[in-house]
Amino acid sequence: MKPAGRRVVNVIMAWLTALAAGAVILPLLMIFGFLLFQGASAVNVDFYTHLPKPVGEDGGGMANAIVGSLVLVGMAAGIGLPIGILGGVYLAESRDRRLPWVVRFLADVLNGVPSIVVGIFAYTLVVLPMRRFSAFAGAVALAVIMLPIVVRTSEEIVRLVPSSLREAALALGIPEWKVVLRVVLPTARAGIITGVMVAVARVAGETAPLLFTAFGNRFWHQRLDQPIAALPLQILAYAIAPYDDWHRQAWAGALVLIGMVFVVSLAARLATRGRFSGVR
Amino acid sequence: MASSAVHGVGTAAGLSLPPAVPTRAAHRNLGDRLFRLLLRAAGATVLLLVVGLAVEMIVGAMPALRAFGWRFLVTSVWDPVAEHFGAVPFVYGTLLSSLLALLIAVPLGVGAAIYLAELAPGWVRPPVAFLVELVAAVPSVVYGLWGIFVLAPLLRTWVQPALGKTLGFLPLFQGPPYGVGMLAAGIVLAIMVVPFITAVSREVLLAVPNSQREAALALGATRWETTRLAVLRYGRSGIIGAILLGLGRALGETMAVTMVIGNRPEVALSLFAPGYTMASVIANEFTEATSDLYLSALIEIGLLLLVVTVAVNALARLLVWSVGGAVKAVRE
Repeated sequence: MKPAGRRVVNVIMAWLTALAAGAVILPLLMIFGFLLFQGASAVNVDFYTHLPKPVGEDGGGMANAIVGSLVLVGMAAGIGLPIGILGGVYLAESRDRRLPWVVRFLADVLNGVPSIVVGIFAYTLVVLPMRRFSAFAGAVALAVIMLPIVVRTSEEIVRLVPSSLREAALALGIPEWKVVLRVVLPTARAGIITGVMVAVARVAGETAPLLFTAFGNRFWHQRLDQPIAALPLQILAYAIAPYDDWHRQAWAGALVLIGMVFVVSLAARLATRGRFSGVR
Repeated sequence: MASSAVHGVGTAAGLSLPPAVPTRAAHRNLGDRLFRLLLRAAGATVLLLVVGLAVEMIVGAMPALRAFGWRFLVTSVWDPVAEHFGAVPFVYGTLLSSLLALLIAVPLGVGAAIYLAELAPGWVRPPVAFLVELVAAVPSVVYGLWGIFVLAPLLRTWVQPALGKTLGFLPLFQGPPYGVGMLAAGIVLAIMVVPFITAVSREVLLAVPNSQREAALALGATRWETTRLAVLRYGRSGIIGAILLGLGRALGETMAVTMVIGNRPEVALSLFAPGYTMASVIANEFTEATSDLYLSALIEIGLLLLVVTVAVNALARLLVWSVGGAVKAVRE
């Protein structure tokens, strides 16, 4: 038998590490509790349907910011997803010698670039030539952040598609491009959707790259080449303002934002249940 | 022409099939070649983006690079009116807040990873791992909001006075308790990077071959001894990589830090004092930069941040790869 001392140490360490795990999760529970406590009262129909009220008037909502966030994420997805998925297929299927290795490395590099730097990039790329802040610039910034996530997850999933499927299709004389589009991608669909949703959840909460691209807007946006509101920007503006009513709205906005992000994350998790769970 | 087309069928498939018959395939090879071109263009877009990003940053920073040269990195004056710019307060703030964050996050993150990968009962693992993922999914601005309205008052009324009373003889814990400041920034950053450290460390630990564990257990080691002697030793470089990935995140994190650090460009020794980071000065002042040189100085700070984070990330990935743990968890 093991001496008692060693067994005691074993138990103590199990408890200590369990405590550490608890400490990692604790902030989530605290933040969620506070959001519900502070924000739930301000989330009502007005919040979803009304514009922000001028300073001094209570009430109003963040309808423009919610729509703005959806527009921004939608545009970013429209730019980033096709390139990202095709890029992932390229990395998984290509037998080019050097380029895939370089692209894979650079995608990882891009993944680690701080989002504020991506904001500067979108500023010099879009805002300076257009000479104004715009929804389009914000979408470009978000697309750049999405791209590496989608590329790398798509690559991993496409690699998981058994080559027997490809071989069977090729053996029937089906051209390669059709094999990829009609056999490989449909097989990998669930996993790719997961990657897409992870990327969407990530950029939906981004604030920093929107500060000097989408810029924010207290009213409805009229056109996509003009500044647009976004939920994270609105939360920031309300959080650092000195009005109590705005603070309550900031909590409400945070509750809505976190709800959106969690629902998408949860859906991403459920989408992979079954076929690809356990396989990595 | 025909031979290159045949070559195309074999290569793009990524298979070791014999090449198709050239004559029959000729008409459809056009589709394949276009498709391969499309795929390659998508891959090249990533390359062009990263190169473009680096070039844009360097070009944007050029006026400041020319005007200040190396002095930019050793000057601690930040005076937009007189157009004197030095990065020291921001570099200092970024480093100090990130180190503080790691100091808190590393024991917790690695401990949680050990628990999830080695010591926890099987039924605990999936739900807890999922909750850790959710911690990583909370948007930065929400952490900032929580930092302003919950953490900062808590620090101001309870934690900082207590620390000042007991450890006030250290310069680290001197000065008035504002609540917002370096300490708040370090704590919020720690909360934000800890899920990354946990997730990647867990992947690394799971990648340690079972034979290591079995060997230790067969010698009569307890679970913890097995973890310490066999698993952690084997996965050490990977865990260091995980910590560096967390550091990379902390260095570049913007919004939450900007909301709680106090935004004062000073080099102060005390953790109670307000500070400023590279990312937050860009976030706060970019739209207010009135002169070209001011804007350029801010872009140079961005360039500096870019170089540092890319270097830290590259090193981290090398270390994690060396253990063979897939860096799959690192998607954000």
